[in-house]
Amino acid sequence: MEVKDIRIPNMKYEDFKDNEYLEEYVDELRKNGVNIFVGKINDFLNWGRSNSVWPLTFATSCCGIEFMCVGAAHTDFARFGWEVTRNSPRQADVVFVCGTIVHKMAPVLKRLYEQMAEPKYVMAIGSCAISGGPFKNSYHVVKGVQEIIPVDVFIPGCPPRPDAILYGMMQLSRKIKVQNFFKLPGQPEIAE
Amino acid sequence: MKEPIEKIAELYNAETTENGGRYELTLAKENIHDAAAYLKREYGYDFLLEMVGMDYGDTLGVIYYLSQSTNPAPLLVLKTSTEKSDYPELYSVCDLWDSAEFYEREVYDFFGIMFINHPDMRRIFLRSDWNGYPLRKDYDANPELNPIPHRNEFLVDMERVPSITMSMGKEIETTRSLFDHDEYIVNFGPQHPAMHGVLHLRVSLDGEVVKSVDPNFGYIHRGVEKLCERYTYPQILHLTDRLDYLSGTINRHAFCLCCEKALGLEVPERAVYIRTIFDELTRIASHLLGWGSMCMDMGSITAFIYGMRDREKIMDIFEETAGGRLMANYSVIGGVANDIHPNFVKRVKEFIPYMRKMMKEHHLFFTGNPIARGRMDGIGYLSKEKAISIGATGPGGRASGWRNDIRKIEPYAVYDKVDFEEVIRADGLTFDRYVIRLDEIEQSLRIIEQLIDRIPEGAFLNKPKGVVKLPAGEYFQRVENARGQFCVHITSKGDAKPYRVKFRSPCLTLVSALKEVAPTHKIADLIMLGASFDYVIPCIDR
Repeated sequence: MEVKDIRIPNMKYEDFKDNEYLEEYVDELRKNGVNIFVGKINDFLNWGRSNSVWPLTFATSCCGIEFMCVGAAHTDFARFGWEVTRNSPRQADVVFVCGTIVHKMAPVLKRLYEQMAEPKYVMAIGSCAISGGPFKNSYHVVKGVQEIIPVDVFIPGCPPRPDAILYGMMQLSRKIKVQNFFKLPGQPEIAE
Repeated sequence: MKEPIEKIAELYNAETTENGGRYELTLAKENIHDAAAYLKREYGYDFLLEMVGMDYGDTLGVIYYLSQSTNPAPLLVLKTSTEKSDYPELYSVCDLWDSAEFYEREVYDFFGIMFINHPDMRRIFLRSDWNGYPLRKDYDANPELNPIPHRNEFLVDMERVPSITMSMGKEIETTRSLFDHDEYIVNFGPQHPAMHGVLHLRVSLDGEVVKSVDPNFGYIHRGVEKLCERYTYPQILHLTDRLDYLSGTINRHAFCLCCEKALGLEVPERAVYIRTIFDELTRIASHLLGWGSMCMDMGSITAFIYGMRDREKIMDIFEETAGGRLMANYSVIGGVANDIHPNFVKRVKEFIPYMRKMMKEHHLFFTGNPIARGRMDGIGYLSKEKAISIGATGPGGRASGWRNDIRKIEPYAVYDKVDFEEVIRADGLTFDRYVIRLDEIEQSLRIIEQLIDRIPEGAFLNKPKGVVKLPAGEYFQRVENARGQFCVHITSKGDAKPYRVKFRSPCLTLVSALKEVAPTHKIADLIMLGASFDYVIPCIDR
């Protein structure tokens, strides 16, 4: 990563008066054997954020068991830095909605979501969380969690295999990597 | 069996019918409590298996399934009905059987039948502001009547508990507060890592000691029983797996058995053997998860990882043959969905010695651990009488010395052809409920070992011709799943869709056992007690 690549909105590269000074300084340091890394702080933060996402343990039904399988020995999500499952929404980055959400649970889920600190993400796991699944015609089932909270990643399956859940996690990692951290919170915006 | 029926028919003017070897007594609603009390007092009917609410069109009714703990195989069915009005009423039987307390609240929630003399007539699953009674046939399912609540809400500690009592021939409606105003209440759940699902307990504390527990269900009530009335029989199979997902295969087996019995369909011997092996593998997987999460609640995450590791072997076997892991989706009406994989027998044979070896490790690692024993010994006593009255079937009741294993009482599938023991322990403590699961794994291995070489050749599916239509009537089947007696009740009017389906959840009664056992224990032990009963919440809420 080079200093030259840095783009600041509303300000051109030429408008900065100390470009040469910075670039020469970095070159000199490198020449003398100092391991120096120059990059965008946004990229650095996103690299860290996308590799240590802390999920909230929130499982209402069957998909929760497959989520436990993802955490256990066979398909270990600790390999990707996701293993710190938090029991408090205040400490969690992402909520895995594993299972059906019903009328009585909807306010609780909303409350948990609002208790989480920004930036926060939602993954809808399984067909129940996506659309109500096999219980779509029921009088007491919410037809998809996106009716209550915004969703980042949908993982289909009834229940999804652990591999599918891992793939969904990778998708969320990718999404975090392309976000502009300094334009969070609010509605996350994708950088070009 | 004959004697009590004749006596009740004579004393209380009951109508007697016979249905599939079971006697059914139809009683007037004024007599139901007295007849039930008489049966319990004189003939030892101390176990209320299930209460099924019914909407007959112009009347509402309740079906009671009773049995004796000394002679558990024959079931006695009581039926009563009340006129369909805005305030239908029946007399409560919750003074006779503790299990009736939740059953009657469930009937009230779904059908609106008020039970006189029941101490707690709150809704059990649905929100208290819900409009209408969903399992009535004339229920208005317009979503505008019951919109999805989008705002976040506080959990309330206090609630008013309505009840109706009868005094001097007059009905008195009263409400009382759930807790006293100076009590210290802790909300435990619905989102709590040690809760094993979305159960909500309101715990009243005196210092660190639990004074009382009020369970609040319904956070995963999916309306399965109402959905069943809209689906055809093969479609319903899909829902049965998702009730108690850890014993999904066994629940599905129960529904298939019930339909096959009604249709008079003969199931190929090969399918029966395969089903039994699958059931036992499911039981092992379920107990391993129950064991692992119980140990995790005591702070041993290693045990959880070990349990899941061994469970993964079973999931692989399932996946190879059935295509599904957790949800095998394997049994269908008339047999199994497809034939076993060529590797199946080999894999299962490899699994048995592996599991035996690992069981030794599990015992060595955790059962003898002094810290674990310190938390399990002498805690959580459930007496046999109470277990029967509550209806805590399965390992929870067997740990108290109550023989209630359906595989022995009323053998289905090939359980009458295999040699295995019904594991019984006498003390009824947390440690008994812990160790009984590990012992049952060993018995399940024994069953599989005897069957795996005896799977007969032949067809695996005897597909019913055309659309499955059960002949008009009432059908009942119970099986032993990993948590207790799972029962299916189907009322059919001869259509492709059932008129009423009721599933008996073994877990609902286990929560009432928790409610019974928890007081006088420390709050830290409450989590342990819950884990030792190993309930699955979607099974309760259905």
